Amino acid sequence: MRAQIEGSQAVAEVVVLCRPEVIAAYPISPQTHIVERLSRMVKRGDAGSCQYLNVESEFAALSVLIGASAAGARTYTATTSQGLLFMAEAVYNAAGLGLPIVMTIANRAVGAPINIWNDHSDSMALRDAGWIQLYAETNQEAADLHIQAFRLAEELSCPVMVCMDGYILTHAYEPVDVPDQTAVDTFLPAFSPVQVLDPNAPISIGAMVGPEAFTEVKYLAHQQHLRALSLIPEMAGDFERQFHRLSGGLCAPYRMEDAEIAVIALGSVIGTIKDAVDELRLEGIAAGCVKIGCYRPFPSLQLRAALEGVSRVIVVEKDLAVGVGGIVSADVRMALQGSAVPVHTVIAGLGGRSISIASLKRMVIEARAERLNEPHFLDLHTTVIDAEQSRRREQRRAGPIAEQVLRAVKAIGAKAT
Amino acid sequence: MSTQRIKFYQTGTYTAGNRLLDEEARTVQSRMDRTNSLNSGHRACQGCGEALGARYAVDAAMRASHNRLIAINATGCLEVFSSPYPESAWRIPWMHSLFGNAPAVASGVAAALRAKGRGDVRVIAQGGDGATVDIGFGCLSGMFERNDDVLYLCYDNEAYMNTGIQRSGATPAFARTNTTQAVGEVPGNLPGTGKNVPRIAMAHGIPYVATASIADLHDLEKKVAIAMSLEGARYIHIHVPCPLGWGSDPAHTMNVARMAVESGLFPLFEARSGRVVERTRIRHKVSVERYLELQTRFKHLLDPRRNEAAIAAIQSIADENIAAYGLLG
Repeated sequence: MRAQIEGSQAVAEVVVLCRPEVIAAYPISPQTHIVERLSRMVKRGDAGSCQYLNVESEFAALSVLIGASAAGARTYTATTSQGLLFMAEAVYNAAGLGLPIVMTIANRAVGAPINIWNDHSDSMALRDAGWIQLYAETNQEAADLHIQAFRLAEELSCPVMVCMDGYILTHAYEPVDVPDQTAVDTFLPAFSPVQVLDPNAPISIGAMVGPEAFTEVKYLAHQQHLRALSLIPEMAGDFERQFHRLSGGLCAPYRMEDAEIAVIALGSVIGTIKDAVDELRLEGIAAGCVKIGCYRPFPSLQLRAALEGVSRVIVVEKDLAVGVGGIVSADVRMALQGSAVPVHTVIAGLGGRSISIASLKRMVIEARAERLNEPHFLDLHTTVIDAEQSRRREQRRAGPIAEQVLRAVKAIGAKAT
Repeated sequence: MSTQRIKFYQTGTYTAGNRLLDEEARTVQSRMDRTNSLNSGHRACQGCGEALGARYAVDAAMRASHNRLIAINATGCLEVFSSPYPESAWRIPWMHSLFGNAPAVASGVAAALRAKGRGDVRVIAQGGDGATVDIGFGCLSGMFERNDDVLYLCYDNEAYMNTGIQRSGATPAFARTNTTQAVGEVPGNLPGTGKNVPRIAMAHGIPYVATASIADLHDLEKKVAIAMSLEGARYIHIHVPCPLGWGSDPAHTMNVARMAVESGLFPLFEARSGRVVERTRIRHKVSVERYLELQTRFKHLLDPRRNEAAIAAIQSIADENIAAYGLLG
């Protein structure tokens, strides 16, 4: 049923429609609205015999699901930021054990400095842990991706993260069509695990694997991810046939037919980029955009095909590999290897900074004029940077950096240049 | 006709497979239908106290659950020596996930069984003292306070043995480990440090907490059976000597364990909902020296000259236990 609801509520309702059997979670903003709602639905009895565990940490949350999933239960959790990093060891473990857990990441910056607002630093830090990573553009897509995620995870015996931008999506109210139970049941079959802890057929899980077989185990995990590259578009096709809307898939082009310059991004910023593309088109600039919907596995071939014919690519990233530049850009460059098309890295939206249509348009114009730094930091307060750097040159005991920058922003004014 | 009660020497002793006992009072290990859950052929060291403790504890749990048991194992010696694939010594459904999460993984298994209405299957989690009192402590406390239906078995050999004998929060005062070496002003592990996890478990008010020792396998089996008869979070802390880490003769593992109990250094007791309800009296009290002299980890206290202050400090720990638990009463 279509309703004007909060993103977190839509996700919680859809998760319950997926008939989870065990949910374990630890509260962290901006994930809280999802798990609060789930705990209520479970407690009221809206989720059948599903168990909801209030655990003592994110590390415990995922560990509980590792046990529950190995015992044959469909499992779910949600977290973000520090919470995702706190569970990092279990994140790798769940993937290594091949347990089809689904986890929502309400994307948020990672401290220090502590920051509760949106960027992609958290999920990017765990991008190579062996989980499939899907990124939602809208709340409708976030909801739909969860239905697909359970089917995908269970088909491959591989855990899936559904990443949705913290606050921007989780706390936004917009119309979302929450499907009915029958429709979800039709799309998502009952969980049939490939391994299960059962006294009727005892097995050992989690043995030590030495040099004689570790490579082969990892190779097979890689093969499962490559299988996902064909399964994900098939599943999005099935979903579209049943629900009559496009959700998911590997990557999605927008106005790319005759595009000369392409902007690539993940998540909700795609909406703003599409608006910028529309305005640029009106101004005579042939811009287009490609959304990466599935970041792990990385859809190199599909992205290369989507970028066919462009003469310039800009990757807008809500993350930063300190000392390197972009994270997604490195993958995009790999996808385009052998091609002469320049790829610009633009670091944007860190710690929740807004990304405006005006800034994006300026970025495209500067890129065409070859005036972008590499990497380029969108809307960087250069006067603040200059003031702080000169102060630190003059003073050895310059103090904690975050506090000084905050002071400088207040003194100088947050004016981007 | 007057009768005289005959007291067989074996009955009531520590002997495990006692044919003179009533059928029901015999050990699980002496039975034809014991499950050998941790089967022979694993790779534990000679004289390993942990392998012995795990074998008795898990078989007893299997018997109590009518062979409907799932075991979760923390990283550590027990995990490594039992599961070098393609061989596994486990004949029960068994999973190892990480070092610090066994209690949470077990909670997850219990939750899954509850969701599926599988009340017939029970869950145990097991780990060494490092996994239990240190790295997995948060998860252990969480499992306790939620009163999840898990029996947690801690095999306490008082240091990180799998990584090569380093100090844990369960390492006793003055013991030499590779990170508390017998050098400096206070040789060995600093006295006044460490934690008493059975007491901390009791503070959670969980239905059952017990200490046990491989010195009394009958008692260990009995405590496992009691724990398995209850629902909710249960904890048994089992003292298991490690010949490698303690520098004791592998042939003397049982004796070392017994001296810990008989000296009062390792009190055996049971607690229900946070209150001590039973304790095992010391039969033949010994001085702590009888325990220390069996292990090279305490050699620096006796040789080349006696460290009277340290020995007295250890004796006073034993004496305090004896008084606190009424071990001679």
